[in-house]
Amino acid sequence: MAERTKDAPVAGGTKEAGLLNRFDNPWMNWKFLTGAGIIGFIFFLIFLGNQFWDTELALAGASPLNMPPVGFTNWRNQEGIPEHPLGTENSGRDMLALLIVGTPRTIGVGAIAASVGMGVGILLGFLAGFVGGWVDDVIRLATDVTITIPSLLVLIVIQAVLPRIDLVTMALLISMFAWATPTRYIRAQVLSMRESGYVQMARLSGVPTRDIMYKEIMPNLLPYLAASYIGNMTGAILSAVGLELLGFGPQRIPSLGVTIFWSIEAAALLRNMWWWWGIPTVILAVVFIALLLINLGLDEIANPRLRKAN
Amino acid sequence: MGSFSLNYLLRRLLVFFLTVWVAATLIFIIPRLAPGDPIQAMIARMTQFEGYVENADLIIEAWRKRFGLDDPLHVQYFRFLGNTLRLDLGYSMANFPATVYELVGRALPWTIGLVGIATVIFFTVGNLCGALLAWYRTPKWLKVLIPMSMTFTSVPPALFSLLLVYIFGFLIKVNEKPLFPQVGAYARGTTPEFTLEFFGSVLYHGFLPAMSIVLVTFGFWALGMRGMMVTIEGEDYMILAQAKGLKPFYVLYRYMIRNAILPQMTALAVSIGTLINGSVLVEIMFVYNGMGSLIYSGIANQDFGLIQGTSFILIVTSALAVLIIDLTYPLIDPRISLEGR
Repeated sequence: MAERTKDAPVAGGTKEAGLLNRFDNPWMNWKFLTGAGIIGFIFFLIFLGNQFWDTELALAGASPLNMPPVGFTNWRNQEGIPEHPLGTENSGRDMLALLIVGTPRTIGVGAIAASVGMGVGILLGFLAGFVGGWVDDVIRLATDVTITIPSLLVLIVIQAVLPRIDLVTMALLISMFAWATPTRYIRAQVLSMRESGYVQMARLSGVPTRDIMYKEIMPNLLPYLAASYIGNMTGAILSAVGLELLGFGPQRIPSLGVTIFWSIEAAALLRNMWWWWGIPTVILAVVFIALLLINLGLDEIANPRLRKAN
Repeated sequence: MGSFSLNYLLRRLLVFFLTVWVAATLIFIIPRLAPGDPIQAMIARMTQFEGYVENADLIIEAWRKRFGLDDPLHVQYFRFLGNTLRLDLGYSMANFPATVYELVGRALPWTIGLVGIATVIFFTVGNLCGALLAWYRTPKWLKVLIPMSMTFTSVPPALFSLLLVYIFGFLIKVNEKPLFPQVGAYARGTTPEFTLEFFGSVLYHGFLPAMSIVLVTFGFWALGMRGMMVTIEGEDYMILAQAKGLKPFYVLYRYMIRNAILPQMTALAVSIGTLINGSVLVEIMFVYNGMGSLIYSGIANQDFGLIQGTSFILIVTSALAVLIIDLTYPLIDPRISLEGR
């Protein structure tokens, strides 16, 4: 049980940990790198697709209907044709073009909503952590209430009134609920950092509060903020896909969620048109898994204790 | 174990009532943000669908009077709050004589059952897996197997349910019949009754929906639990426990899990909202006759009152669940009750 003594420099000498952190650089984290690699690769594919594939094919009626991917046959015994390598759906949209157009839109909604949510979260979190008093009380209450409410339900009520909205508006609506978790998280971090030695030192030296916030605390918070941002983005994409699965969202040029919604509406499952719902689902799943990996990696980068645990 | 501090109790109750009030207010305000008033909007939607509505003006007038839309806004607001408090959620436009309250009353038990059972399963399994991951006596193969199963963690339950339906409700067939039913909460043609057969059919139909929530969720809890366990393993009292020669299982259960489970309970309260979001979508995918399907039918039929009422009741339900978790928390963590004094 020697490996469990606390003071041992590298606990138990787990070989992998030693190998991966060869230069003791926390950013050489395999989870972070894999996740970032997958997202990078997806964007590279999207870029290639935009260069070499006709994205106009994503519009309804641009291609023959219900074609299977190359190498497969559909229920009418039609074979896939190379003009539409991933097949087409029942209103004649080319699946490949749909993916090229839809994937960045889906990720984009998440990025916009997460950015707005993070911005508000940083502001409120610092405010609550630093000002304290009744400001802290109010912000905490608002955070608790917002986290308790299942956001999707309110978003559904809003969308039922305003059914046809563009993706940016949808992202902004989602961000109404995306600030609460970061606020709570940042507040907790600020509170603990406020009591740490170097901040006390800075305060004793008469450093203005704003400088303490931005020059002393913020740099230390960055990895936490990054992890929180990615987590937030996952949540926002989740909300967006949820709304899209209910049939809300842009119709002319669909995103991934809308595509899946139409496939369900058209009973693609029973017609065994797996390429229609399956490919977008798998891509969404890969995006989510990559974001999770980045999130976990950033957590480990920010928190040496977790790193050691491996 | 014992009494909570008054402070803690009051704060939890405040959050609960604030949540309910905010939800009610949002649901009051949102339809009024749309151009025109709710009745006009409704008629407009009806026109969109039916083409032409006879005597639209008369209908608008009658409904305006019925809902008191000509009163000043604050009068409307307080009347709305009063009605909501009495759970008078109005009529469902699509199933007219039925009130929203009746429809919700029929659907809510299904949702609570599905989400409740799924929650118990993923919380138990997730925390056990997490604990085993960090425990030094866990066999190696388990430590490899569990992280692999966590790959699903980030996939939304609704998308995962699509995969499950495809595999178990479509591809895999036993005697020409799919292994699991694709839709519904119980066998078609049976009516809900308290018989063993019906109960079995409910379990059989509920298996895939529950699994699509459990399989994508338990990994999250395992991760959190593992983090807590790792922290606890470094504590001095762990060394003491081992030095005393306590049995490993006893140490695992009484010293490690007992301490690590506390933050997990807090996390569970925080995640209720997300959980409800997810299960609403899962229900829709499975046409499970709970609240999710009710909302979906509301959307499909442009039945705004139904959407409002269902959302409101679900928000209240999740706030209530959070309240219950928060109030049981001091019972498992005696330290909480001392804090406020």
